[in-house]
Order: sequence, then C-alpha cells, then structure tokens
Amino acid sequence: MNTADRDALSALALRVREHCIRMSTDGGCFLGASLSCADLIVHLYSKVLKVSPAMLTDPGRDYLLLSKGHDVPALYGTLAELGYFPKERLANHLKPTDKIYWHPNRAIPGVEFHSGSLGHLLSVSAGIAYDIKLRGGTNKVYVIVGDGELDEGSMWEGLLVASAQKLDNLVIIVDRNEFQANIRTEELIPLEPLIPKFQAFGANAVGCDGHDFDALEQAFAQVGQGPGPSVIVATTVRGRGLPSIEKRADRWFVNFTHDEIDQLMHELHGEAKAALASETLMVR
Amino acid sequence: MPLIYEDLLAQAVQQDERVIIMTAENRAPVRGLPPKIGKRFLDVGITEQTMIGMAAGMALRGRVVVCHALATFAVFRPYEFIRNDVCIPNLPVKIVGWVPGILSDANGPTHQAIEDISIMRGLPNMKVYAPASVDELLLGFPHILADMSPWYMRYNPRPAAWTPAPFAIGKAEVVREGKDVAILTYGALAKEAYEAAELLGQKGTSVHFVNVRTPKPIDEEAIVRAARGTRLLVTVEDHFASGGLGTIAAEVCMKHRVLANHLSIAFDGKWFTPTLLGPAIEAEGMSGPQIADRITAALAAVQNN
Repeated sequence: MNTADRDALSALALRVREHCIRMSTDGGCFLGASLSCADLIVHLYSKVLKVSPAMLTDPGRDYLLLSKGHDVPALYGTLAELGYFPKERLANHLKPTDKIYWHPNRAIPGVEFHSGSLGHLLSVSAGIAYDIKLRGGTNKVYVIVGDGELDEGSMWEGLLVASAQKLDNLVIIVDRNEFQANIRTEELIPLEPLIPKFQAFGANAVGCDGHDFDALEQAFAQVGQGPGPSVIVATTVRGRGLPSIEKRADRWFVNFTHDEIDQLMHELHGEAKAALASETLMVR
Repeated sequence: MPLIYEDLLAQAVQQDERVIIMTAENRAPVRGLPPKIGKRFLDVGITEQTMIGMAAGMALRGRVVVCHALATFAVFRPYEFIRNDVCIPNLPVKIVGWVPGILSDANGPTHQAIEDISIMRGLPNMKVYAPASVDELLLGFPHILADMSPWYMRYNPRPAAWTPAPFAIGKAEVVREGKDVAILTYGALAKEAYEAAELLGQKGTSVHFVNVRTPKPIDEEAIVRAARGTRLLVTVEDHFASGGLGTIAAEVCMKHRVLANHLSIAFDGKWFTPTLLGPAIEAEGMSGPQIADRITAALAAVQNN
C-alpha cells in the first residue's frame, strides 16, 4: 500500500473513531467493540468491498454484515463518511425519531441486515453466498463476527455447512479483541488455538493485525481461494485509539458525560489521557 | 391437482425461479426432489438454526424458501432465528413441520410439537396453516407459497374425510351448518372431529362444523357465527389447551363480546401418550366416538344449567 493510501485510510479511521466517541454520551454505546473493529470496517469499505451508495440494490454488490451488531457505531460512522447517508444524521443516535440505535437495522442505508442476538449472521451470510453462487455471481459476502460470539454453537454449525457447500465467496472476519462482554475470552471460554480450529472446520484461515492496513491488505489478498469459506482472524485491541479505555473489561458499554467526550476527543488526537469518572461495567 | 406434495414443490421450482427447497436432513416429504431440481434443493444436515438463517439470506436476495424439518425441530430449536431473521424482516420463508401434533405418534414428548401453533402465531408477521388433510394441503399450499409472508405449515398426510372447498387465506371452511353444537378444528384431528359430527348428527344433534384452516390469520366471522348460532362451542385440536384454537376462539369471542359455553378437546397441560397413531388418539380420548361422547356429555351439562 502506498503512503498516500495508508494516510487516507488512517484519516478516515480517525474520523470514524470521532463519530464513535460522539455516540458514547446521552445514552452511550458499545464503544470498546466499535473501536476494535473500526479499522476493519474502514479497510473493507475503502479497499475490499465492491459496493457504493449507488449499488445498494444491485445483486452484484459485495455484502458486509455485522454479526456482532453492538459494534455498529463504527459502521454508521464509516457509512456516513462515505456518503451513504448525511453525517448530520449521526446526531440522531438513540432518538425516537430515527432508527440509529444500539444495533444495526436495514432502515439505515448501507446496512444489509439487522443483528443484536449473537450467532445469527454467519448463516444469513451463508444463505446470501449460496444464492450468489446459484445465480452464477462472482461477488462476495463478508461477515464480521466477534470472538466472544464464537461461543455460540450456531457459528460452528454454520461453518460446517458453509464448508460442505464450498462457499468460497464467503469471508468471515473475526474481530479478535480477546474480550467477551465483561471478561477475557481466554479466561472464560478459551478459543485458542483459534486459526487451527477454523482450519479443522474446512475454512482457509489466516491471522493478521486488525489495525495495520498493510497487514489487512495482505490478508484480504488471500481470501476466496477455496474450496471452503475464508476466515481472517484480525487481532485487535478493545477500545483502540483511546488508551484510557483500551483492553478494559469494564469499558464494554459506556455512557460518558459531555466533558469526558471532550477529553476523549483530545486523547484520540494524542493529547493527555482523559480523567474518566463515569460509571464502569454498565450492565446491558 | 398434483398427486403428491413433492410433485407440487417440483412444479413450483420449475414454474417460479424464486423457489428454493431446503431441509435439515428431513427428506421424508421431499425424497425424490434432489435429482429433479439440482442446486435449488439444499440439505444443510442437522442444523436447523443454519437452515433458517440461510433461508433468510436467500430470501433477502429475492428467493421464496420452503424449509423442512420435523415440526418439533423446525420451530423449537431455531425459534429465535425464525423470530429475528425471518419475522422481524418479514421474509417469505415457509416452514413445513413434519409429523406435527399427534402425528409424531410413538416418538415421545421430545418429538411432540403441540405448542407449535401457540408460539408461531405469537410472532408478528408469521402466519399459520394447519390443513385438515393431504388434499387440503395440496389445495392450500400454492396460496401459502404465493403469499410473501413467513408461514408455518403443519404437514398433514391424512386422507380427506370430506372434499375440501376452495381455499382462501384467512377463510374458514364451514363443512356443515347446524344449530346445537359448533365444532371448530384444524389439522390431523379434523378427521376424528368430523367423524364425531357425523355420529352426533345420526343421533339427532345438529352440528355446525368449521375447519379453520389457518389459525392465523383466523376467520373471526366464522367463529363468531359458530358461537352465536349454537349452544356449545367445541374446539378440537392436537395441541396444548393453552395457546391454540381454544385460546384463539376465546380471544375472538371476547373481542366481539360473545359469551359461549366452551368445551376444549386438547392436551391439557401434559404431553400425549407415545404409541402408534390410532392407539394414541384413543388413549387421549380423541377418537370420533370419544369426541362425540364428550360433546354429548357437555351438551347435557349445558342444557341442565
């Protein structure tokens, strides 16, 4: 990737993180997971997906689905930045007059399907991928899943079927931020060795740094080689970009004060760490 | 009319490019389809959640997907997938339950889908069809396929006790008119209920017999007319007493301010006796003569009041 490209992606990712932070007040959002997958979503829309605001009903478009839907602020931020809907609409977050709430839904342009309950969109994505192949299409289906979400049996069941049906147009991206909701995956339900698990289920699985656009470019260059689905286990950091909440089990759902939001904005831009007093371990 | 359900599906696939047939390795009703329809037939193995999720994915791309599994596995195991991925977006996924209700005969309680009507009708956008015979199933299913809502259908292979009238979604079939007692029913036990009606008729009781066909959408007018025009409203169903046709009739009567004497012939808070179909029906007091006797007793109690 050339320097200009990399800089453009970094700048876009920074703006998306700003949007995520702005959605972390007046009701709040799942900020940690949004920040861990922000670079993945930015990379996908900028470098991988054949989709645009003009292609939303085009059956030949690439699809991106968020299976762990609580990271949707990063998707909203990206879609708004790329012109799928006006950025001003993000200010409607949690308002009853709009549909921008804690989980994705199809009322927002660019959102392919709703989610919220974990373990659903691998099979929905597999259905889309099967239909694309049935119609002779060459487009792909990308689905971002959480690592905690891999506790769900339906994920492994879906993977068995995707492998059996040789869905080489299906790409699963694991946001490997090493956290369930409130605890580390390896402390509660250990997933490692994760890449061999996926391989044993018939997928082409590779790992990469989920915050490094060059590494992501290399990983995405390897997908779609069949015969089964592809998996990218993207190692990420919960809360990436905000050292005061990074890798914190108690900063899953957050609802900051306006003053804290101002401080976090400065922190995102490399200034002093925010002094956060808001309640931690919000139960959602 | 096609000879069998499988022919009807093959015909639908050939005539309508949207139709896809899926199964979670329940091939009994669709065994001959794979060589006829190729990749439009998809067996996902014993993965009911994945079947429903994939069906939703295909429906998003414009497909109409018919999903097969034993009724108990088709609605209970993937219930949340049906709720979230099919009903919330209101997608045309048709779930066909094999051996529903009393038709699971000797399998035991794990296989008894006798709260299926209750939980399916409770979902927004979901509609429910419980044909009274295989003839009615073949008559009604094309309407279910053409309707763009989610549907749950109880598969019923039993022969018809009467010649089915033309089918319309949400329209009950009034099989006979009468003024003493009204029998409301659907599905597999319609045969026994009809036999009871005939027995009662032979003894001089005037029976109003209604096959509701689609518990959802329910034909409210047919229920109100049955309740108002008779002294006893009987619901006959192979379902728990709670949440099925007995409950639906009560809801409709209350909504329309109709007071009725009600006899519910259903499984009252217990699973049914696992044995072959005939003995199971007998063991639960649901054979034609048994239903007729229960109705005669209830009618006598009503008259004595």
